[in-house]
Amino acid sequence: MWSFYFHELMRSLPFFMKGVWMTVAVAGLSLIAGTIIGFICGIMRAGRNKILRAVIGVWVDIVRGTPFLVQIFIIFFILPGIGIELDAFSAAVIALSNLSASFICEIVAGGILSVPKGQREAATASGLSQYHQLRFIVLPQAMRTVLPPLVGQYVLSIKDSSVVSAIGVVDITRVGWFTVQRIPEGIMVFGLVGLLYFAICYPLINLSGYLERRMTVMTIRL
Amino acid sequence: MLENFNFRVIWEYMPLYGQCFFATLWLSALSLIGAVLVGILACSMRLSQSRLLSWPAGIYIESIRSTPLLAQLYFFYFGLPSLGIMLPEWVTGVFALTLNSGAYYAEIIRSGIQAIHFGQIEAGISSGLSYFQRMRYIVLPQAFGMTVRPMLGQAIVLVKDSSLLSLISIMELTRAGQLLTSERFMPAEGFLTTAAFYLVIYYLLKAFSNWSEKRLIFKEAF
Repeated sequence: MWSFYFHELMRSLPFFMKGVWMTVAVAGLSLIAGTIIGFICGIMRAGRNKILRAVIGVWVDIVRGTPFLVQIFIIFFILPGIGIELDAFSAAVIALSNLSASFICEIVAGGILSVPKGQREAATASGLSQYHQLRFIVLPQAMRTVLPPLVGQYVLSIKDSSVVSAIGVVDITRVGWFTVQRIPEGIMVFGLVGLLYFAICYPLINLSGYLERRMTVMTIRL
Repeated sequence: MLENFNFRVIWEYMPLYGQCFFATLWLSALSLIGAVLVGILACSMRLSQSRLLSWPAGIYIESIRSTPLLAQLYFFYFGLPSLGIMLPEWVTGVFALTLNSGAYYAEIIRSGIQAIHFGQIEAGISSGLSYFQRMRYIVLPQAFGMTVRPMLGQAIVLVKDSSLLSLISIMELTRAGQLLTSERFMPAEGFLTTAAFYLVIYYLLKAFSNWSEKRLIFKEAF
């Protein structure tokens, strides 16, 4: 029976590949949007405007304080109620972008604040404008602190993307859920699901570790 | 929809929410205790000299960290029955949550222990302290101070992750929101109330974490 199920599972591999593609699409789009929004918000959070800082702080707290599953349900069920029609895919991308952006915002703000104050003062003394200070002095140095946790956050977002299967996006987890109804071998089916996620996430985890080691070495050299 | 936000229904469902709130609390607390124990065990195995111990721990930690919790949850939920092990849903849920967070706790504890300067251990050796004395009086007190905050951070993640248990039909906070959606078709009321309850837990843990940073973390000795 086991080999029969295994054969069946192998036959549904193309279905799993579609799931992989969907996971990559949802996570990829959200990560691009989340990185852009996160950097903008992070720069503002580390900036001077107190109101903006407080507003972003509250937003980050709300996103961090509630489970991603609840956020997805809120976006998927409540936005249509106020007149914004969404299909499951866009709801998933919006929810995951929002989540990634809030975490990336904190990472970027932390990175910017870790740059010594003297650097900014020296830049002001040299007559650099706000934009040029940020572009040429602060951000390049902040990137050293930002990069390793940023890649780590990418891994977390890819893993969190499995939760969007709850609103019916057919990603790897959902494919597994469908398949297990047909092939009642949970260990085998979700073993394959886990293997597929592993193939996506493990290289990124190692990249994050590598960046961390490299960036630390650079700090010591300086 | 939001202009006729129905507080009466929320009030009517308050006993259910209260019940579910405590269900979330005790499911998380149970998993938290389990996870810290698993984390200590996995960490000491990983740091051990014997490959026979460190390899399995390494495989466990890496495979948990690079696959999503939802896939792990389904793995046990569908996998254990196919092995002939029938458990109540909540046991499966707590089991999956424990194993998941345990891997993260192992990494947190490990980074705390490895952050201790090697000179301190050398000093311990030359003062004639045994391995256990070094651990007890030099390494662990400092490692504890450094890991309190990330541990509480992981506890917040654990509480949020417990929302996924609703997907295997365990009654907890998110499930209450789903019930309100399916019984009354009031997703806005349901999920916003759920989110509010999670925010209460989040702010409590966050306040505790800020307090602990001031009170519990020992100043580094060097």
